[in-house]
Amino acid sequence: MFKLLDEAAELVEIELDGEAVSVPADVSIAAALLYLDRLPLRQSPVSGSGRAPFCLMGICFECLVEVDGLRDQRACQRKVRPGMRLRRQLLVSAESGA
Amino acid sequence: MSAVSHLDFDTVVVGGGLVGAAIACGIAKSGAKLAVLDGGDRDFRASRGNFGLVWVQGKGADFPAYARLSASAARQWPDFAAELLDATGVDVGLQQTGGYDFCLDADEWRARESEMRQVELHTGGEFEYRMLDNAELRKHIPEVSPQVLGASYSPEDGHVNPLYLLRALHRRLDDLGVEYRARQVVCSSSPGDGGFVVNTESHVYHCQRVVFCAGLSNERLCRDLGLHVPLRPLRGQLLITDRVPPFLPAATLQVRQTREGTLQIGDSHEDVGLDESTTLEVVTRLARRALRIFPHLAEVRLNRAWGALRVMTPDGVPVYQQSDEHPGAYAISCHSGVTLAALHSREIAGWICGEPREELVAPFTAGRFDV
Amino acid sequence: MTGSDHQLLVIGAGPAGMAAAQSAARHGVEVTVIDEQANPGGQIYRDVDASPLADIGLLGNDYRFGRQLVQEFRHAPIDYRANSALWYLDRSSELGIIEDGVHRRASAQRIVIACGAQERPMPFPGWEKSGVMTAGAGQILMKSAAMVPAEAPVLAGSGPLLLLLAWQYLRAGVTIRALVDTSSSADSWSAMRHLPQALAASDYLFKGLKLVTAIRLAGVPWYRQASNLRAEGGERLEALSFDSRGRAHRIQTRLLMLHQGVIPSTHVSAAAGCELDWNENQHCWQPGLDDWGESSRPGVFVAGDAAGIGGARAAWLGGQLAGLQVAHQLGHLDEAERDRLAAPIRRARARHLAIRPFLDRYYRPADGALLPPDETLACRCEEVSAAEIRALAAMGCSGPNQAKAFTRCGMGPCQGRFCGATVEKIFALETTATPQQVGRYNVRPPIKPVTLGQLAAGDGEQQ
Repeated sequence: MFKLLDEAAELVEIELDGEAVSVPADVSIAAALLYLDRLPLRQSPVSGSGRAPFCLMGICFECLVEVDGLRDQRACQRKVRPGMRLRRQLLVSAESGA
Repeated sequence: MSAVSHLDFDTVVVGGGLVGAAIACGIAKSGAKLAVLDGGDRDFRASRGNFGLVWVQGKGADFPAYARLSASAARQWPDFAAELLDATGVDVGLQQTGGYDFCLDADEWRARESEMRQVELHTGGEFEYRMLDNAELRKHIPEVSPQVLGASYSPEDGHVNPLYLLRALHRRLDDLGVEYRARQVVCSSSPGDGGFVVNTESHVYHCQRVVFCAGLSNERLCRDLGLHVPLRPLRGQLLITDRVPPFLPAATLQVRQTREGTLQIGDSHEDVGLDESTTLEVVTRLARRALRIFPHLAEVRLNRAWGALRVMTPDGVPVYQQSDEHPGAYAISCHSGVTLAALHSREIAGWICGEPREELVAPFTAGRFDV
Repeated sequence: MTGSDHQLLVIGAGPAGMAAAQSAARHGVEVTVIDEQANPGGQIYRDVDASPLADIGLLGNDYRFGRQLVQEFRHAPIDYRANSALWYLDRSSELGIIEDGVHRRASAQRIVIACGAQERPMPFPGWEKSGVMTAGAGQILMKSAAMVPAEAPVLAGSGPLLLLLAWQYLRAGVTIRALVDTSSSADSWSAMRHLPQALAASDYLFKGLKLVTAIRLAGVPWYRQASNLRAEGGERLEALSFDSRGRAHRIQTRLLMLHQGVIPSTHVSAAAGCELDWNENQHCWQPGLDDWGESSRPGVFVAGDAAGIGGARAAWLGGQLAGLQVAHQLGHLDEAERDRLAAPIRRARARHLAIRPFLDRYYRPADGALLPPDETLACRCEEVSAAEIRALAAMGCSGPNQAKAFTRCGMGPCQGRFCGATVEKIFALETTATPQQVGRYNVRPPIKPVTLGQLAAGDGEQQ
């Protein structure tokens, strides 16, 4: 969905949903996921509808991902690091409590 | 200043919170032409602060009639919830699987045990409770910290979503043809035309009966019609978290998990006057206490913290009082609008409509304060 | 002693925050700036001295100017704390800050709130689908990640920032599928009466003209007076349908960038207890301020776009005024000297603000853009529809806070930032009340996320 202006820019390897992927170095996790076009990024705990980054400035809370085991991290507020383990929050049943 | 409009009703209920709305629903069933006058969107509203507990344990240790009242009210809840669901389609989320009140040290345990015994004594063994030590407690709630001494448990307790309860009551009012009017703050009232006259800035309401359920404003408003209800605000601060996978099978006084999965953490008791603001000190203290009880919640995010003002009578027990000077004017004040909602909607509303309920309400007159 | 007492605490390191800090520091005030970001610059100059962009000129001269400001700021005698989020502020000016993940308590003799602005919510059916983003998000990706769309986006809405984004994308070689412009012609025409005043800020006008010309020359399909926007598709966006000048259109796209102007971020000001007024021209809430930027709460200043939308240069100048007044109030600057220094700043600021009445009128959000159809999610977080809010308002519900209590609208993680404006507008229309009468959500802490563990472990409690 998004590409690097500089095609020769450095990439780093991280893990997404258990799979090794290459993403631009030193960008936000949200930017990396947009680069990978791995959308939706999560499912809303209310209805399960798919969501993706919206504002990228930390106030919409749509870009919540699990980072190294910690849930509900705003992907736009943290940068990728080599070896980072990301999981999209796609399982609704564990959260709904209904 | 523009001219005021005059309106006629059989009954005017002043206050559209949990108390006013529940009572108005009850009165409306009698077919009376009813108006509910409610305040502004940002006024003090104890109903929005309410923790949502349907709570019997610990109530009325020094006031047996109150212990019985609470128990009776709690027992009516399942029926009441079903009635509301049926009539309005709103599920108020009642869960009545008992309630726990944690004891974090030996002093708390001793004090609680003695309090529970006293209630049991006063209610002639009607009130059921158990003191659970840590091992027993963790059979029911495994996530409780090994550091927690134990808890008192009562099978009659439970919780509900107080905001959905208010929504259901308002929907019911609408269905029953009650005239609900927000932003109608009452300035004064007086006897007149064989009934009463209630004044707001924009309207004059003429009615045969007026019921004051206006929270902290009751003290000031009721005076006009010969009712003396001493009240003071008692602040409680609460925390609510983001959604968490379900783990709490019942209500507890310190932490409860809502249907949506969010956790409510309460509460404080602060004598600070008409000040609803939060303080960093108490918010921190509530978080610490929650983690002392449930250490696994450390990574859970706080969604919001707020404060609300409880409506406290001098002994914390409700006032149900008809004016001696001006029969037909009623004062209803309490801090347990959730626990007592069913009772308010049935017996109390019935009493106001003339049903013979003197025995029920007699212990709760304001006269007991010797004002 | 736990916590720390600051002389001046500045919240935010955009142009206003940097200016306030430097201005006060220059006169001997001890200044601490807390910034949620990793680098100074705020949103408008985001990552300007740390951008991965090979040529920051791609983004225009304003962005380049921002680099100068940031570099000056870095060398000033100021305690700058990056990665520090303000999460708690109350009427007694008690502060809670999360700095690198650790909570600490603080207090300050003076506070300057310089939190900037946010995009005005632009709700319509399907706006929550994956592939729908704000224009601001597009700019952040360019500035901080040097990334641009890999496929042709549709840009929709109204406002100078939308045109700026289009121009920046064109310069970067991105094809724009369409510009779906929701501005109304009535507003464009009535804006013309402000044109003479706007000529005082003629460089803004020329800039605007340059953007428009470039977009036209690139042949970007430009749909005018667009309304009835609908994002279509499953979980992911597949197309945008809309009406324009009497005809229905449907454009296939997987990427949609929205913009409907910016509005002050008022959460922090509201939390501090500052009174907020409704600005009808800009259609938003902003704090009531004196001409130094001091709010109704003594000692609490608001500067920059958080005080009222005026753009980066006006923010820079407004921040300086707040800094001067703080220096004066703390005894570092006498009145005469303060006024002498302030005079040219005020003149420059007035010049930069001269364009506003024209811009505000020209780009006034159409009612249709703010009053969405029933099936729209008014509240994205809790998935409450516009229909539910309308039904409550029609039933006589007392206002946004009661609506919030009844539906959870506004209780999600964004705490009303993206639904408040919509709910207020629906109430205003349904109850024929003014925005002041309708009111707004009560703002509750935390202003930014904090966990129970962070809260419990910090130094919050008195020893």
